[in-house]
Amino acid sequence: MVFKRYVEIGRVAYISFGPHAGSLVAIVDVIDQNRALVDGPCTGVKRQSMPFKCMQLTDYVIKVPHSARQKFVRRAWEKAQVTEKWAESNWAKKIEARRKRAQMSDFDRFKVMKAKKMRNKVIKHEVKRLQKEAAKKA
Amino acid sequence: MKASGTLREYKVVGRLLPSVKNPTPPLYRMRIFAPNHVVAKSRFWYFVSQLRKMKKANGETVYCGLVHEKTPLKVKNFGIWLRYDSRSGTHNMYREYRDLTTSAAVTQCYRDMGARHRARAHSIHIMKVQEIAANKCRRPAIKQFHDSKIKFPLPHKETKHLLLKEITSVFTLCGTIKFLIVEKKPFCF
Repeated sequence: MVFKRYVEIGRVAYISFGPHAGSLVAIVDVIDQNRALVDGPCTGVKRQSMPFKCMQLTDYVIKVPHSARQKFVRRAWEKAQVTEKWAESNWAKKIEARRKRAQMSDFDRFKVMKAKKMRNKVIKHEVKRLQKEAAKKA
Repeated sequence: MKASGTLREYKVVGRLLPSVKNPTPPLYRMRIFAPNHVVAKSRFWYFVSQLRKMKKANGETVYCGLVHEKTPLKVKNFGIWLRYDSRSGTHNMYREYRDLTTSAAVTQCYRDMGARHRARAHSIHIMKVQEIAANKCRRPAIKQFHDSKIKFPLPHKETKHLLLKEITSVFTLCGTIKFLIVEKKPFCF
C-alpha cells in the first residue's frame, strides 16, 4: 500500500506542535480539508477543532462512530488500551529519550561518558580478540 | 467594517425614539456579525437605515448582546446568503461552509470572499446564515465530507518547523541594559 496511515474516524494522532504538543488525540470527525474535530479524554485534551498540520497520525485506530460523545471516545480508548500501547511503542520511547537527553545535567553527561567508555572498552576488547584469532587462522 | 480576528455574532435590537406621533415604535432585531459590540451597533444602524426610515440620530439601541453558539462541538454545514460589490457591479451569492460555530463560518466566508473575489469586508452584506442539513447542501466541496466512513491520507507532510530550534541570546547594551533575543534557528539547512 502506498499509504499506511489514514485520517479516519477514530484514528489516534500525536500532536507535534501547539499548545497541546506531545499528547495523543482521537479524530472524532472531519470538519473540512484542513481541520478535524479531535478529542483526548484520557490525555487531557478538550474536544476541539485542530488542523491536520499539527497532527501526526499513529498506527492506532479506536472504534467510535463519527461525532461520538466524549464518554464513548474514552470508553473505546480504554478498551483499545491506546495509552499503554503508545508507551510501549518505539516512537514514544524515542520521544522520551530525546526529552531525557535535553534535560541532562553536566553530572548526567559525565555518567553517560563513563558508561559509554566502559561499554566501548568491552566491545573493543572482544573485537580485537576475534580479529587476532582470524588473523592467526589466515 | 474591518473583519478582524474571528467575528462574533450579536443580536442587536433597536427602535425609533418614541414621539408624540409614534408613542410605541416597533422594535427591529438584527443578527450582526462583527468583531466587537461597537462595530455591531454601527452595522446595525447601517443596515437598518437601508431598510427602514430609521437612523441612529433619531433611534436608540435597545439591546446589543453576544450570541453564544448552542453546539460549539458539533460540526455543522452553514449556508450563507450574501450580497457583495465587485469591481463592476453588485451580485448575490449563496455559499456553503463547514464549521463548528456560526461566527467561525461567517469569518471563513469573509476570508473566502476576499481570497476568491477580492471582495473587501465593507462591500459584503451577509443577508442570511442558516445551518443546513447534510442532504440539503448544494456545493460539492462540502458534500464530499458527508461520509460517515471518511478516510484519506495526508500525503504532503511539512515538518520543517519541528526542526527549527529556538535559540536565546542575551546581549547587553552600555554594560547594563540586557536584551533577550529569541529566534528560531534552522537545525541543519
